[in-house]
Amino acid sequence: MSATGIPERVGHLPPRKGEEGSSEAGYNFAYLDEGTKRMIRRAILKAIAVPGYQVPFASREMPMPYGWGTGGVQVTAAILGRADVLKVIDQGADDTTNAVSIRRFFARTSGVATTTRTTEATIIQTRHRIPETPLSEGQTLVYQVPIPEPLRFLEPRETETRQLHALAEYGAMHVKLYEDISRHGHIATTYAYPVEVAGRYVMDPSPTPKFDNPKMDDCPALQLFGAGRERRIYAVPPYTRVRSLDFEDHPFRVQEFTAPCALCGARGHYLDEVVTDDSGGRMYVCSDTDICETRVAEATR
Amino acid sequence: MLAAGFTDPVHDAQGTFRAVMDALARPGLSRPLAPGLAPPAPLTPELAAVALTLTDADTPVWLDAALADVPEVAAYLRFHTGAPLTDDPAQAAFALIRDPARCPPLDRFAQGTPAYPDTATTLVLALDAITPGEGLRLTGPGIKGAVRVTLTPLPEGFVAQCAGNRVGFPLGVDLILTAPGRVAGLPRSTAVTEG
Repeated sequence: MSATGIPERVGHLPPRKGEEGSSEAGYNFAYLDEGTKRMIRRAILKAIAVPGYQVPFASREMPMPYGWGTGGVQVTAAILGRADVLKVIDQGADDTTNAVSIRRFFARTSGVATTTRTTEATIIQTRHRIPETPLSEGQTLVYQVPIPEPLRFLEPRETETRQLHALAEYGAMHVKLYEDISRHGHIATTYAYPVEVAGRYVMDPSPTPKFDNPKMDDCPALQLFGAGRERRIYAVPPYTRVRSLDFEDHPFRVQEFTAPCALCGARGHYLDEVVTDDSGGRMYVCSDTDICETRVAEATR
Repeated sequence: MLAAGFTDPVHDAQGTFRAVMDALARPGLSRPLAPGLAPPAPLTPELAAVALTLTDADTPVWLDAALADVPEVAAYLRFHTGAPLTDDPAQAAFALIRDPARCPPLDRFAQGTPAYPDTATTLVLALDAITPGEGLRLTGPGIKGAVRVTLTPLPEGFVAQCAGNRVGFPLGVDLILTAPGRVAGLPRSTAVTEG
């Protein structure tokens, strides 16, 4: 890993030069100004009070392009404190570009401790995965969300989708899932699989694989969702019912993998396909790098 | 002389916010809140901390009679937050309530609209005590099973008011409950019953 300039993925990362416990000169703690944090904090509180409802907020320009997690970054910046330990994952991995750059961003602008260990983190910002290690009560999971509106591809007008949510009129979503069944024989939606939160709002869980949907239900950790370009924040409080939409005769099912992880041998984890040569060779490995490395280290000890 | 605000505005506000966020995310479980403020009486340090953390020029604030009667309170809040004060509870983004026993009915505050339920008022109450156990039974999002908490004092018919507040979900007000050194949350999603 060090050959690519990416830090080793072991426990607490050493602070880089100029990052030791202090924030970048000229910037406020965690980059955002206090007025912006107040506005985002108010939106987060309302999001928690109305689980699954998308609260509009005045999303700011961030020093990274839309689509790179500006919503999640703003939510993290608004909640982050000096005592926090931050973990950032991108598709389950701590060492991919998006995760590394966001983790460095907060290390530089806030000086907080960062980690790759799920169990050590108090705040985990994620792009499209939920860690395999069960989350605990003291943790907050911050999702980066590209398109927060689950009904957007069924109804492009925001004025209309607002009304549909107000009336809890989610028939169109069920029709969409039914069309999957009539076309493919099963519900073919595999990511961004719609969920109903606390028996009221239908919510987009962000483009996580549906494999992760059951982890959102009755989760001990607080889950916050930030969409920067679309300017929405929503939340699922701890111990909240999150139900994946389905039908009695076509119940919700997650992906299954026939082979175990090629590195750690785990079953029941979400696996990534890795192409190993140009003649069709491939292997399947855990998408969650932290749990995979922990298991490999334990096995070799 | 005007009383001081947060000693460390960035981190004191962050600490207060995290306590309030955790409180609303886990209704009925109180968190420590030690803001280190000395606002003009009868404004309590906890009420002041929540106001300094969450209110600004974008959020009209309503004060109950106990606070509105003391001009120093309004001067303190205006100076430190810049928030406009309003006489109309239905216009308030935040309501600060020093005397919970005489809190106006919850349905007199902004309830939000069906399309934008987030425009409802957040009430911040200064209670004498938040005691775990007995008293009220809370269930709903954020609560594992059920939680019991005793709140003193409370407005008359509080349980019935909470039931009314929840019937119109997603409309309704959210409550931040403070007591000396503590903060707890009671969002509109929580079902409140007696005993």
